[in-house]
Amino acid sequence: MSELTVRPATAQALPAVDLTTRLGDATFPNPVFTASGCAAAGQELEQFFDVRLLGGVVTKSIMLAPRSGRPTPRMAETPSGMLNSIGLQGPGIDAFLEHDLAWLAARGARAVVSIAGGSVEDYAKLAMRLRGQPGLAMVEVNISCPNVEDRGQVFACDPVAASGVIQAVRRNTDNRVPVFAKLSPDVTDIATIARACVNAGADGLSVINTLLGMAIDTTTMRPALGGVTGGLSGPAIRPVAVRCVWQVHQALPEVPILGMGGIRTGLDALEFVLAGASAVSVGTTVFGDPTAPIRVLHELAHALAQRGFERIEDAVGFAHRAPELYIPEEPDPVGDDEPLPARRSVGFEEDR
Amino acid sequence: MPVQVLGEVLSMRRVGAYHAMTLVAPGIAERTKPGHFVALQVGGPESSMLLRRAFAIYDVKERGVYGGTVEFIFSVHGKGTAWLAARRPQDKIDVVGPLGKPFRLPKGKVNATLVGGGYGSAPLLPLARALRDRGCRVDFVLGAASIDRLFGQLDAKRMSSSIAVTTDDGSMGEQGRVSDVLPQVLDRTRCDVVYACGPMAMLRAVSELAAERGIPSQVAVEESMACGIGVCMTCVLPVIGDDGISRMVRSCVEGPVFLGDRVRWNDVGTVPADVLGAPMSTGGGH
Repeated sequence: MSELTVRPATAQALPAVDLTTRLGDATFPNPVFTASGCAAAGQELEQFFDVRLLGGVVTKSIMLAPRSGRPTPRMAETPSGMLNSIGLQGPGIDAFLEHDLAWLAARGARAVVSIAGGSVEDYAKLAMRLRGQPGLAMVEVNISCPNVEDRGQVFACDPVAASGVIQAVRRNTDNRVPVFAKLSPDVTDIATIARACVNAGADGLSVINTLLGMAIDTTTMRPALGGVTGGLSGPAIRPVAVRCVWQVHQALPEVPILGMGGIRTGLDALEFVLAGASAVSVGTTVFGDPTAPIRVLHELAHALAQRGFERIEDAVGFAHRAPELYIPEEPDPVGDDEPLPARRSVGFEEDR
Repeated sequence: MPVQVLGEVLSMRRVGAYHAMTLVAPGIAERTKPGHFVALQVGGPESSMLLRRAFAIYDVKERGVYGGTVEFIFSVHGKGTAWLAARRPQDKIDVVGPLGKPFRLPKGKVNATLVGGGYGSAPLLPLARALRDRGCRVDFVLGAASIDRLFGQLDAKRMSSSIAVTTDDGSMGEQGRVSDVLPQVLDRTRCDVVYACGPMAMLRAVSELAAERGIPSQVAVEESMACGIGVCMTCVLPVIGDDGISRMVRSCVEGPVFLGDRVRWNDVGTVPADVLGAPMSTGGGH
């Protein structure tokens, strides 16, 4: 593209940190991705930066058929966050493959395709349609969209339902393409669902989707969203997301996590990495700052370098490690065989 | 192609009940056409308000002392616009623009009627200039709740063959709505095309009056947006496509200017059963 316009803070070179990250069998050059539903399929953001610079572009969840979504108003701004009730508006898998995935592939971007369905069969068909598609780096299975009329259909709220979907997708996806299950924070024990998904064949976990929320317009005295309830996202949910990543990593330390939920800066991203995420998605922040993913990438690289990390993989889950193991090794001030010097008595001033 | 730049406030002024902000924003002015808009971050870098505020561009200067400037008009509606109203020269604001599809200009010398409601007149003033540069006749109809909520009537008067003003309270011009006087203006001026910007109810009335006379209309809609760049799918409304199929389209990238007779005004705020991908009557599901 002829013009790359990013704010000055983002235009600097990356420090010498190996940002390469592995998610299942796939390797990505860096750990910063877009988030599903927050970047369409990359073309709009390409106006602001080269989407190949990202670890991957996570596309908006696609369904088998075109879908109109829910009525407006679809958005309500809340403190440090927003509620949305978009309702999975999208063109359907055929148009998506023809226009969106084809564009990402031609562009040379790594596409993480998010899929959503109403039944196990829907998910299986979507996975089949994605088989052998150029540009497909990974599949993210959205089993946790809160914008559905029947909350009983949120597969991620039930380990058996979640397993069924993940198994169907894994079975119908190319072996080399990792399948990640996107989890909902709106469950009693997220580790139980995570374990069920991994046992069903998930190569990794995307943590977390939005939280179910609601706002009421005090002028009209009616629900602020056309869909009544919606998904809460943005920095307001970050502590919940970090907690979920922590718990999932603690329960399943070998399973890679794509972490997301309110990441606005590189230090926010670092929190997720330290909690156990091998990569992160920048979501709602993009609405207010389209170049944010690139800025977060630079800030994260600098933050890792400042903390002495040479490779991001060394930082993954670092917060779980016992602190005493990481006191820098320095030579003892006195030799082993020399007797310790006698302790001196310390006198204190009188209290006045 | 829009750009994201850190703009600097050059000046702030009050215009009746409204505020006018001029930003030094290199790269935006050169690309702007009438009907384009800008989207601004509000509240500073640590703001708890994450979403951009969108405003139609009023005036641009490609070369000022400090580089290109962009001016827009706004009204204080909530915390975000209150923050904007409190800005002072040299304050920095992150701005993205120009955004959206602008008004399309006619190829020939035609008679154009421009209808503005409240500060919806702001993008119509540069449009009037562009139309006159092409030799078009321009007539204005401006309406607002009261005199302090009219914008640009003096400039409009200078740039037009005629201007009709209405206010709800009669504090200026005719008491009533723009739709009360528009029919006479359309007929008297032998209007060929109508351009409008303002509240949705006004745009609907204008579109219908134009359509009744077989006059094409282009209207800049006002839908609440979160991103302004086409990624959030918040600002949708039902619009009939060239193929006759209705879709929920994004007003930020497919609009904000639409052909008046393509917008399904009756169905704005709903998902009509015949739009592409509408839920089945059996509940919708996932």
